[in-house]
Amino acid sequence: MMKLARPLIIFLGLLIVWQLIVSLTGVAKFILPDPLSVFSALYRRWPELMSHAGVTITEILLGLGLGTVMGCLSALVIAQYRGARLWVLPVLVVSQAIPVFALAPILVLWLGYGLASKVAMATLIIYFPVTVAFYDGLRRTEPGWLDLAQVMGGSRWRTLMQIRIPAALPALASGLRVAASVAPIGAIIGEWVGSSAGLGYLMLHANARLQVDVMFAALLVLAVFAVCLYFAIDRILRVVISWQPDKAL
Amino acid sequence: MTGVSPSSPASSGETPEKPPGVSLRGASLSYADTRVFHDLNLDLPAERMTCLLGPSGVGKSSLLRYIAGLTGAGSEIAVSGRLMFGGREGAVSNVAYLAQQDLLLPWLSVLDNVMLGSRLRGEQPDRQRAFGLLTQVGLDAHHGDLPAKLSGGMRQRAALARTLMEDRPVVLMDEPFSALDAITRFELQELASELLAGKTTLLVTHDPLEALRIGHRLLLLTGAPALIETPIDPPGDPLRDLGTPELAALQANIMERLTAARQQARSNTATGAGPQT
Repeated sequence: MMKLARPLIIFLGLLIVWQLIVSLTGVAKFILPDPLSVFSALYRRWPELMSHAGVTITEILLGLGLGTVMGCLSALVIAQYRGARLWVLPVLVVSQAIPVFALAPILVLWLGYGLASKVAMATLIIYFPVTVAFYDGLRRTEPGWLDLAQVMGGSRWRTLMQIRIPAALPALASGLRVAASVAPIGAIIGEWVGSSAGLGYLMLHANARLQVDVMFAALLVLAVFAVCLYFAIDRILRVVISWQPDKAL
Repeated sequence: MTGVSPSSPASSGETPEKPPGVSLRGASLSYADTRVFHDLNLDLPAERMTCLLGPSGVGKSSLLRYIAGLTGAGSEIAVSGRLMFGGREGAVSNVAYLAQQDLLLPWLSVLDNVMLGSRLRGEQPDRQRAFGLLTQVGLDAHHGDLPAKLSGGMRQRAALARTLMEDRPVVLMDEPFSALDAITRFELQELASELLAGKTTLLVTHDPLEALRIGHRLLLLTGAPALIETPIDPPGDPLRDLGTPELAALQANIMERLTAARQQARSNTATGAGPQT
């Protein structure tokens, strides 16, 4: 019971603190609106907010899927082929020195104002954590399992499929949790740089018109979705890797 | 180097021995600048359990891994020698392997773990046989459980069933019971001895009592580089009653030799003689 009530209590507590700050400091409404104004904006602009949220959520989910697939494939290639490890891994690590955010204007230039540039941004931002986490898992297979597979006459491919990949799933899960929390950042940054739809676009649009309550309403929708996304992925991973002791998750 | 000489008949007066199940001739293994063993000869009698004893770090596990084909390759490792199974060279596919850890895959059920070999070779697993083996080790009721649900002894039983499922003529076991409590160890020794009857088995152990109880032949690996001393064939058949004065005397003798070997190793380390390079 307490498990369910706790998030609600935390949420209400934060609302009270927010309201107190507004009331005690008398801060202007266009700097920090009170919770009620934000909820009122949420109610008034609900259809518009949902339509923009749909765009952002699509970008996030597509980026998450694409980044996960690309990251997993890269990790598999790097783990399986020494050549790839020697030539690709250093490039991958050095490429991380480029701030992904700085690429946003270029991506918009190349891929346009539509969905593609935001999906690319979200994909790029999660690609590295997924690749590194999965690769790390793949190269840390319990040596005894590999010895056993060798003595049993297992082929390299089957050993990968039956032992190395399942054994690397907990490590991949850590990467996916990071991915779930950073993918929204990629999409929103992409929308800020250039877009005609999405919660990031709506926030910039509202900002230019000093509709701070709408900005906060958009932020609230984004935050709720991000939290739901994280917990949904966490839940799925726990089910898929139920054999892993919970403390390690 | 004292290679294993053609076997001296066991004092129990058993029938003449069959040709060796496994023969190793002129085997050498070095890691970086450490020579683990050099020009070593070894015969494992067919369909018998041979127990390999020796002080820790002498190279027992390395020798077992050598026979299992697990020494690997690399600039730091040098391997040479002739390995024969039933008089024919090579063919590591004759071997099944049971390690100190059970090495059960935590995401597979006990039954699927037993059938792992078939899955890794892309063969159709024989579920019925796997189930039969689980029944033999007393785990049929747990066939659907994940390994995490089992106790240490049950896990090692499942690992034993997986080893038997491979149905190889040679079984290599690297201290498989050492992590278990005394009673469970005792039970598992009995089970292994019964189920591995008819297979050529090498059991690496640090426990002279275990070796005396279930081994047909005992080998002592000592020195650096390691050498195999003259084999010991305890009287009677496994599973022996360890209470007899003869076995007690043998045990005392083995302990004495192992203690001397350890002291020798220590004094070598102290004087810097160490393993030859």
